[in-house]
Amino acid sequence: MFNFKTNLGEAQFENPIFTASGCAGSGRELSQFFELSELGAVVTKSIMLKPRSGRATPRMAETPSGMLNSIGLQGPGIDLFLEKDIPWLRDQGANIVVSIAGESVEDYAVLARKMRAVSGISALEVNISCPNVENRGQVFACHPQTARAAIEAVRRNIGGELPIIAKLTPDVTSIAAIAEEVVAAGADALALINTVLGMVIDTNTMRPKLAGKTGGLSGPAIRPIAVRAIYQVHEAMPHVKILGMGGVASGRDAFELILAGASAVSVGTATFGDPTAVIKIKNELQAELIAHGFDSLREAVGYAHRAEGNLQ
Amino acid sequence: MGINKNATQLMAEIVSNKRVGAYNHIVFAVGDIASHAKPGNFVAIAVGGPNSAMVLRRAFAIYRTFDKGSNGGLLEIVVAPHGAGSTWLTNQLPGFKVDLIAPLGTAFGIPTEPVRALLVGGGYGSAPLFGLSEVLKNRGCRVDMVLGASTAMKIYAPLDGKRSVNSLTTVTEDGTTGITGKVTDVLADIIETNQIDIIYSCGPMGMLEAINVIAEKLGVVHQCAIEEAMACGIGVCMTCVLPIRGEDGVVRMLRSCIDGPVVDGDSVIWGSKRVIPEGTWGAH
Repeated sequence: MFNFKTNLGEAQFENPIFTASGCAGSGRELSQFFELSELGAVVTKSIMLKPRSGRATPRMAETPSGMLNSIGLQGPGIDLFLEKDIPWLRDQGANIVVSIAGESVEDYAVLARKMRAVSGISALEVNISCPNVENRGQVFACHPQTARAAIEAVRRNIGGELPIIAKLTPDVTSIAAIAEEVVAAGADALALINTVLGMVIDTNTMRPKLAGKTGGLSGPAIRPIAVRAIYQVHEAMPHVKILGMGGVASGRDAFELILAGASAVSVGTATFGDPTAVIKIKNELQAELIAHGFDSLREAVGYAHRAEGNLQ
Repeated sequence: MGINKNATQLMAEIVSNKRVGAYNHIVFAVGDIASHAKPGNFVAIAVGGPNSAMVLRRAFAIYRTFDKGSNGGLLEIVVAPHGAGSTWLTNQLPGFKVDLIAPLGTAFGIPTEPVRALLVGGGYGSAPLFGLSEVLKNRGCRVDMVLGASTAMKIYAPLDGKRSVNSLTTVTEDGTTGITGKVTDVLADIIETNQIDIIYSCGPMGMLEAINVIAEKLGVVHQCAIEEAMACGIGVCMTCVLPIRGEDGVVRMLRSCIDGPVVDGDSVIWGSKRVIPEGTWGAH
């Protein structure tokens, strides 16, 4: 009997395929196409303290094997989210990972305090790496000190046992160094990677295509960056669990991230192209693991790191 | 508002694909979906095949549907092959199956009373108006139509579509057919002469905005099918938003794929490309 179970810190999941924050809303629309309880977890769109309009349009540009987005964390704010979305998700029987994002260290502290009393949540993703903010200085995960401060603020205020997953950007010189900082600050697991900062210039108007000028690049175009980042961080800290993501569009792709060191895999942009992609990827991944002779998902995590000469 | 309750994903076979002027008229076998689609709804189609570098679906307004055909339900669209994705779709032959989601989005509101309606379409934006016209005619409405485009080849007006309206005025910028000019040049006259109660429009955003100015000035209700760059079509990506004033007076960035494409013209905060209007909910 194949064992598909996985864990991120203390959080347990029936299977390793999750939605990616910002790529599934709060699950309502996708529930039209499949049962959310079939997923390892629903990772909700990063929620902020207050309602947020997000950035102006155009917010999107398709790119070769990917897309650029500049949403800017549009959302209803934590209070409405906890009132409307969480009870609904619980009713669906979904395993829930809530993603939070702040503009300041204090925001992260307040968000964590609001989350500590919420029941039925498996883990908290702390998004410290959204590229779509007006001030790049707000990308906490770009600097060791700010990354540490944001995660410490959550750790101090979350209380209890709720595992913290710190979401990092690959747009740094050494992602392993940032990862070590946030783990030292109290992160139980890491989400790798957020989108990569990019730009498209419209050659007709001869100006940046997005209103926000820059945007986050996602999709298969960034998969090698995700595999590299996961591999480097797993190599530096093999005991720290990783929620991998970045351009996964098939079971083979998910398998690749797992071999690099991911214990679970989020599917983002592929959902935009196909609302049932997550379910297909979950089934393909299981077949892929079995075809390669694994009895469990856990055996395959980080398998690409094994010593040379060991073929199986 | 939530996703269209009838939205379904399926592999739909192309039944026919024909060039009509500058466009392709494509018919898909969609089974039961045909009976759930309403004028104004759209379909999202995966393009490029399984190894394509085009990762996003393409959205097309539904031209019309047939509940019963020799292939079960049929769904028709009109495609302008101007990008790589739409060009790929127009090159697919009958018998090929595409991954399709429909029906999506809101539909044109149909009045309960027989009213005098004016339908205005720009380019292939005329497509959903013919199905709408049939529904309105069945309700006893008078239907006038104005179609505009840059040139005659880009006017989409099939014969049977023309039969479903009381009058059809065509306008082209280069004068190759009909009146020379823009659709907005002829609207005020038609509205006043035919005592129009409601305008339904579909086409480029600039045209919809110009129509709305006229509708507001003359006090005519205006429903329009808006468009904004869309990644998913099902409400999860938040890219296709537009500032729209709700019944509570609050302006919110709403998804054109869920709360649209059909919206009340006077609820849209026009001219807000590249800016978030002041006072929008959550603006900072």
